[in-house]
Amino acid sequence: MAKSSNERSVIKEAAFVYSDDLLNYRFSKDHPFNQKRLQLTLDLLKKINAISDEDIISPRIATDEELTLIHDHAYIEAVKLASEGKLSKEKAENYGLGTEDTPMFKGMHEASARLVGATLTAVDSVMTNQSRHAVNLGGGLHHGFRGKASGFCIYNDSSVAIKYIQERYNARVLYVDTDAHHGDGVQWSFYDDPNVCTLSIHETGRYLFPGTGAVNEKGHGKGYGYAFNIPLDAFTEDESFLEAYEQSFREIIEFFKPDVILTQNGADAHCLDPLTHLSSTMTIYREIPKLAHQLAHEYCDGKWIAVGGGGYDIWRVVPRAWAHIWMEMTDFELSSNDLPKEWLDKWQSESPVPLIKTWNDPKQVYKAIPRKKEISEKNQQTIQKALYALRSNKKN
Amino acid sequence: MIVEDMMVQDVHTLTPDATLAEAIDKMSANKIRHLPVVDGEFKVVGILTDRDIKEFSPSPFQMNGQDELLETKLQEIMRTPVITGHPLDFVEEVALLFMEERIGCLPIVSDGRLIGMITETDLLHTLIQLTGVSQPGSQIEVKVPNKAGMLYEVAGIIRKNHSNIHSVLVYPYKKDERFKILVFRVQTMNPMSVIEDLREEGHDVLWPSLPMNDQ
Repeated sequence: MAKSSNERSVIKEAAFVYSDDLLNYRFSKDHPFNQKRLQLTLDLLKKINAISDEDIISPRIATDEELTLIHDHAYIEAVKLASEGKLSKEKAENYGLGTEDTPMFKGMHEASARLVGATLTAVDSVMTNQSRHAVNLGGGLHHGFRGKASGFCIYNDSSVAIKYIQERYNARVLYVDTDAHHGDGVQWSFYDDPNVCTLSIHETGRYLFPGTGAVNEKGHGKGYGYAFNIPLDAFTEDESFLEAYEQSFREIIEFFKPDVILTQNGADAHCLDPLTHLSSTMTIYREIPKLAHQLAHEYCDGKWIAVGGGGYDIWRVVPRAWAHIWMEMTDFELSSNDLPKEWLDKWQSESPVPLIKTWNDPKQVYKAIPRKKEISEKNQQTIQKALYALRSNKKN
Repeated sequence: MIVEDMMVQDVHTLTPDATLAEAIDKMSANKIRHLPVVDGEFKVVGILTDRDIKEFSPSPFQMNGQDELLETKLQEIMRTPVITGHPLDFVEEVALLFMEERIGCLPIVSDGRLIGMITETDLLHTLIQLTGVSQPGSQIEVKVPNKAGMLYEVAGIIRKNHSNIHSVLVYPYKKDERFKILVFRVQTMNPMSVIEDLREEGHDVLWPSLPMNDQ
């Protein structure tokens, strides 16, 4: 990435927030949300020499005060009780805890607060010029609500981080969410706030959780016109996905002119993901960070914080997808399409499926979709509806 | 659900001696399309809709007599008699009434006084809530034979997976009346185990179905 000469001076290009403690956010042995993904991704980056120990910074734990930027005090107290196994099942239900999606587990408060702290660590690194960009792949838990756990998420690190950026650094945030599920928790946190702009591109909520994220959800009161949603049809493929992403991101950033970009990088829009029904490939995970990187330099003096999110094929999809975020942040260029043999050898025995051996997906990773043309056409209409206000204002 | 639980209680009204100009102002200021006309005791004596307003308002091409027209009293132009409802009416009845009478609003009257109102918008909002779409969940549709006990069977499989059901809709399968469609909104991000169990028990899950599954 070409840097203009008057960019702020930073100590390093990018920071990677990680410690093994982040793996403690684990509901149960069989739960699909598995932070082993972080370990697999970091190891992959190490094996290609894309990252060194100096690039890695340790996450702090978010304080109660920081959590209350978004969450209700009573909810935090309930999570703390659940953390010690002292919350009754009846009470837990009121807070969305103890369900199949978000079961209670020992130490859940610390694990969740550390995950939020990790995103705040990434924020501080960027906002205090320690690094130009920063990534916390352990974050991106976008379904967490003010007083309720939902969809594998307890505390909402991105919502807390955005509020924290507002209060501590007085900066305007553009939040871009490419997880296959709608970023409902973050959207509702800032639905009436014109100083935060949210964009979520996701599979339509017609069948998929959480069901919201329709194109007509645009914000409320003063925040009207600052929430954008692009619900894509099931079985959407790369080209159509990227068309939605590129057009919306470019037009919205030009309109909103943020000080900093926060991207949520759920990797569950891939065709192999077991929970969703989109048909994209590794191509989108190469392109998504590329554009974020470019626009961060164009509009925000490089200030870009990336978090993880969904991603439930943790062996074949997530490590490759998330490695691209770091490689993009550091302008690292791959010398080969093959994954390092040492990485494949190390993990194949643990994986229940044969690992994919190349950075690009093999051809025929999914069966061709018969209704491709109609789906792309439908998505184009959705993009047009989502961006209608911006486009018609521009003409005037 | 009964009308009492879904009606708007803070109703905008005018009296019969108010003018057309006042009615126009009130409707546009509050962005409403229906205005009940009430007497001193809050008894509904007439109603005015945005269509009536359009009908009686002076044309922009009309050069003379505009002011006079705008001073018309509502009692001369309001519609009577008014179809009203009761707070204990059922939402389904109201929906049917709207269709049969081709009306767009229903003033709710109790003890002879206007106490609330329901419009098409409120009705639609209620129906949306009944589908459960406002709470985070996944949707599962199952095609079942049109016979007794099927809902019990399918719900039992969902129960076994400890998933809470937000809402259930049952409707006839259009192409073949020997079948029905059950639509569940389930409070989970991971409906895969429910879907697997349903398929294992021989149920026809219409969605989510990937093209790969056709093989």
